[in-house]
Amino acid sequence: MTELLDRKLVFVTGKGGVGKSTVAAALALLAAGRGKKTLLCEVDAKGNLADFLETGPTRFDEREVQPRLWAMSMDTEASLRQYLQLQLKVPLFTRIGPLAKMFDFVATAAPGVREIVTVGKFCWEVKQRHYDIVIVDASASGHIIGQLASPQAVNDLVQVGLVRNQTGWMLDILGDPRQTGVVIVATPEEMPVNETIELSRKVKAQTNVDLAAIVVNRVLPELFGRREEEVFERLFDAEEGAGAAATTPLDKALGGEARLLLEAANLAVTLRRTRAAHLERLRADVDAAIPLLYVPYLFVRSHGLRSTRILADALSQELGY
Amino acid sequence: MSTRARAEATPAGPPTTFEQLLAAKEIVIACGSGGVGKTTASAAAATMAAVHQGGRVLVLTVDPAKRLANALGLDGLGNAEKQVPAEAFAAAGVTPRGELWAAMLDTKQSWDALVARHAPDRRTAKRILDNKLYGNITGRFVQSHEYIAMERLYEIHATGTYDLIVVDTPPTRNAIDFLEAPDRMADFFSSRLLGLLAAPSRSRILTLASKPFYSVADRILGSQFLSDIAEFFSLFQSMAPGFVERAHAVTRVLHDNRTTFCVVTTLESAPAREGEFFIEALRQKGFHLGALVLNKVLPSYLLDEEASRLADRLMATAPDVAVQLADGLGDAAQVERVLNEVAESFCNYRLVAQREAEQRSELASVPDVVVSVPFFDTDIYDLRGLLRLGELLWA
Repeated sequence: MTELLDRKLVFVTGKGGVGKSTVAAALALLAAGRGKKTLLCEVDAKGNLADFLETGPTRFDEREVQPRLWAMSMDTEASLRQYLQLQLKVPLFTRIGPLAKMFDFVATAAPGVREIVTVGKFCWEVKQRHYDIVIVDASASGHIIGQLASPQAVNDLVQVGLVRNQTGWMLDILGDPRQTGVVIVATPEEMPVNETIELSRKVKAQTNVDLAAIVVNRVLPELFGRREEEVFERLFDAEEGAGAAATTPLDKALGGEARLLLEAANLAVTLRRTRAAHLERLRADVDAAIPLLYVPYLFVRSHGLRSTRILADALSQELGY
Repeated sequence: MSTRARAEATPAGPPTTFEQLLAAKEIVIACGSGGVGKTTASAAAATMAAVHQGGRVLVLTVDPAKRLANALGLDGLGNAEKQVPAEAFAAAGVTPRGELWAAMLDTKQSWDALVARHAPDRRTAKRILDNKLYGNITGRFVQSHEYIAMERLYEIHATGTYDLIVVDTPPTRNAIDFLEAPDRMADFFSSRLLGLLAAPSRSRILTLASKPFYSVADRILGSQFLSDIAEFFSLFQSMAPGFVERAHAVTRVLHDNRTTFCVVTTLESAPAREGEFFIEALRQKGFHLGALVLNKVLPSYLLDEEASRLADRLMATAPDVAVQLADGLGDAAQVERVLNEVAESFCNYRLVAQREAEQRSELASVPDVVVSVPFFDTDIYDLRGLLRLGELLWA
């Protein structure tokens, strides 16, 4: 299997709220840090990328935000304009406005038309070799399949015309596992794990794109080994058994009620255990050939560039760099 | 509103508890980003209302997860409403004052029903349902999922069958999509563009605006595809008047004072930010924000000052404490590692709890009712579990 960052086009997706944008930003930082000229693109312009990289708002026109790292956000109208000009050699319209409006209208009903403008832009950047790697902070699970499958959908629906001629090379790039890969981001919780399992099957069944890796975000630390857990349980039981008023040896040694500390540790152990069970399910239910990359839950104050760098380091280790 | 015990929970002024809010409204729409526990919270709220307030209560969900159906004692959920069986309540040890019903939104079925209702005749309906492009619209057309959820809500409400309907909304790409969906649907069907596209290609009046479109569109998409699109639009146009009227009616119900919105979020940064955005969007568009539910909140003892001091002390003195405790517990080095982990873990989670507290103070200033639901360490798999969650919402 081609190494993740040796591919040319990487789509990062996952259920909403699992940290898809952070992971995309971290992968991009890592790639750029390893000397690759990197383009990072946000598809659903929520402005998350700007936060994670602590840069100003991103636009359609890419901008270098870190050494070798360029960022942009998708704008279908701007992309359509570029598409018409560059790929279809359609002369530049001075009045693209009404055309874009019409396009918008048609695209509401015709499958793949809007998506192909999005995906086409990335494929175009790959084809032109403008960058060593294009990393896409793609749509959430619900919409990614439609996007990745759009060239095929358009290919099936549109029999002739210039668009039809365009889908071939896009399909070639998307379908080549040495060039393109999907990364699904999950957290070790019930619903995200379910969705990841489902999505990994859909990627295989409904698109020609290779699933390159699953990044498991927010993995909680293991507190105790087995022997330590026994020690902890004895401490915890003593505290519970003693009741609120009584003083345990630990209370005495510390000079205060240690109950809440043990309570918190017990919560941490429970959280970790529940999540571990979901992780096992994930490992068991996705193709064993798909690497799972684990990155830790970050107990840090902010979610800016610093935490993105920590994630990038964790990913770097997981990728064996 | 005959059977529901409204009076006891309707004091003067705005509701101050979730219980009062449910008693005062007929439609409660839960919204928020994905993965925050919206579906479960909606089901728990509906269950509580059916048990304690009586009347006929419906929970309308968009979540196809089988677990919710099972928790309600049902085999599965579909577009048709099903009543939660008495046995499920008996197993949970409660006797409900009212009835609890549940349904799951089936986008495709709902769309088909909508087409059947609005098409001028059965032949046209069939042609629409058979159209190659139609299958596609049920998936994505002008936020079709969001629209159909609101449309189905309107339809059920209009039958007057239920005293209270709790709706869990689809996870949207953009939080306000489904609020705007009915208006967009109306716009789409009223649009001049629809008429233009629906016109047979020979009789198209080529205006200055449309001429470049067609010439380019023909070159890009091919004329066959364009005529497929034109046919589809012209069929759809035959439903326009009914659709527009209906979409406006849906919007009116969403704005009605018997309808309220409930924003559900966790206190993690991304969902909380979306929650905040949602609260603002509701306010701007003049919808009623009834409650804010903060879900999966870490316990407040993590912010306890005394415990915090002790954690810091333990961090500094773990080796000494370990030696003192070792006799009864085991190897001193092992005890020390355990104590270190306990202290560090407390400090880690204290940080998260502090972050949550900040999020909370930023979020909680607007709505009248703010409820915090603590993190549950087990998944909810039966009615008892839903009621346990419900009690926390009520409090």
